[in-house]
Amino acid sequence: MNRLLSNVVGSFVEAWQELRIHKTRVMLSLIGVAVAVCAITTVVGLGAVAQQALQEQNEQQGGRAATLSLYVAKYDGTPVDAEVMEELWTTTLDRYGIDYASRVVNSSQTVQFADGAVPVRVTAVDQPYGTMHRVRLTEGDWFGATDADRLAPAVLVNQVFYDRLGQPDLATHPTTTLLGDRPTTAVITGVYPVSTWDTEPAMYLLADTLAGLSSPEQQAANGVVPNYEMWVPAGLSEELTKAIQRDFTAAIGSGTNVSVSRQDYAAFNEDPFGSIKLLVAGVAGLVLLLGALGLVNIALVTLKQRIREIGVRRSFGATAGRVFFSVMMESIVATLVAGVVGVIGAVLIVTNPMLQGFISQGAVTDFPPFPVEAAILGLVCATVVGALAGLLPALVAVRVKVIDAIRY
Amino acid sequence: MTLLHLAGVTRTVQLIDAPPLTILSGVDLDVAVGDRVSIVGRSGSGKSTLLNLLGLLDNPTTGDLEFDGRPVKSFSSAERDRVRGRDVGFIFQQFNLLQGRTALENVMTPLLYAQGKQFWQRARIATEMLDRVGLGHRLGAMPDKLSGGEQQRVAIARSLVRGPRLILADEPTGALDLETGADVMALLDEVATGSGAALITITHDPAIAALATRHLRLDHGVLTVVGAPDDSALLGGDVPDDLRDDDLAAVPA
Repeated sequence: MNRLLSNVVGSFVEAWQELRIHKTRVMLSLIGVAVAVCAITTVVGLGAVAQQALQEQNEQQGGRAATLSLYVAKYDGTPVDAEVMEELWTTTLDRYGIDYASRVVNSSQTVQFADGAVPVRVTAVDQPYGTMHRVRLTEGDWFGATDADRLAPAVLVNQVFYDRLGQPDLATHPTTTLLGDRPTTAVITGVYPVSTWDTEPAMYLLADTLAGLSSPEQQAANGVVPNYEMWVPAGLSEELTKAIQRDFTAAIGSGTNVSVSRQDYAAFNEDPFGSIKLLVAGVAGLVLLLGALGLVNIALVTLKQRIREIGVRRSFGATAGRVFFSVMMESIVATLVAGVVGVIGAVLIVTNPMLQGFISQGAVTDFPPFPVEAAILGLVCATVVGALAGLLPALVAVRVKVIDAIRY
Repeated sequence: MTLLHLAGVTRTVQLIDAPPLTILSGVDLDVAVGDRVSIVGRSGSGKSTLLNLLGLLDNPTTGDLEFDGRPVKSFSSAERDRVRGRDVGFIFQQFNLLQGRTALENVMTPLLYAQGKQFWQRARIATEMLDRVGLGHRLGAMPDKLSGGEQQRVAIARSLVRGPRLILADEPTGALDLETGADVMALLDEVATGSGAALITITHDPAIAALATRHLRLDHGVLTVVGAPDDSALLGGDVPDDLRDDDLAAVPA
């Protein structure tokens, strides 16, 4: 134990001395490793931001895992009676104990702006939709339980819409006029962010609000058929899909198309980010390999100059194992330091707001912190590269003929 | 007490496309604690090979080599390294101080391979040792800032810092002028005497060889005992024929 401890400490001391003395060589060889580790950590770190962006976008579009989508329409194109559907929908939710469910109607609503009436994309939903699609607001709050009872309906507008209004303070209860059969004044209660490429105004309404804005005939004429979404446990999704399909088909009867399917991103692939991860890992691995090759190269060249020193150490009792370990240690200590530098660089790069904005394209509301696994991966890679790059020189060092090395 | 015992030791090297080359043949030697042995010989006479064997860096092809009563062949590789570190101190012609390390760090180097007290208190032990060779004021000096004599004194401190029982000095004054060489040898003798270690000096220099109490000559791989040189050798005067080495300038300018 005592021998092991003094051997390990001794090797560290030797490695540190060696690094201190050959600063320039070490710096040169480590620049490659530091850059490689920085690259691999940055790529993994940015991968996490990109993944978050992708996931948020997917969740906003398709809902969280597992979101079931129910679509019912008659084969002749006429809508199913709204009351029947309403009844069936409520019963189904009760029967299966589904708490998070929402009707989703995509429609268009003319809105009066200062510069004229403009058609605005509307997504009419129920209150749980905000949680199901992880909708985040930059200002105000998502629909509350009492919003359905408002006399002036609540409306959530996107940033483009809000900018167009001149960004009024929400505390002053700004209003907007929804035109149509029954022009209505709505109160803006929240603002949600948009991607940088999204330049059109849009808004969320409660489904009941939308129904009140135009007559059922008008809606039918517009071809508005609601979609029904349910957020269910992923493990139960298949059973529920079958059960709900069966229930609706039985209740509505023939001549109707009932379709229940998963629509969230996780439904399409086991690991939707697998291919991205693979690509990132491949590129990073290649970068690291190049760094390692540079390190081995420099280590081997400089070893020639160190043969005498190794001979001297051997003559003073350094065992072959000790020489091997010391040379190896030197490589590992050096690459570990380079790894730390690389990781720090990567953290600075990844958390840079400009870069984050570029990667996320405004689609990420919730920036993940710098992923710890990326930092650990960087350090592990540095250590492994150090060990691998140290292996060859260490093997050469062990084979040094002591007296020849000293006397040559 | 016999420290080293060589009986009928030969060392041959296998060459490609040539018959084996015999470098040492029938070497008999006993070295006891406290002995002062000098070995002279021409270049190519097998001095390096003998040094390898005496320093436990190599095994004989045939014959017996015992260290401290134990056959060296029975040692494992690591054990041999450890015995060498503990019991053998090397002094080289070119000093072979580790560049870029201070005098103190150089003297501490052998203690890095020790255990226990010697390892953990290496700085204190090395400082004391440098003090003993009169370099207590140059602890932080780099080798290239030290004179030749000072470098060799650091090397002596380094070889003795673990308290070896055998000191192998390979041309210890070869790179020093006459006066400095004599100083260094006097110091080496004094420190070796103080620690009770055996001192084997391999040298071209008859004057240095004359300081030993036993004189050996290596010629074409055969080790023979020769008589003691007279005092005139020490003064750079006539050297007995059997100590004369033709292929060298005894004292570099």
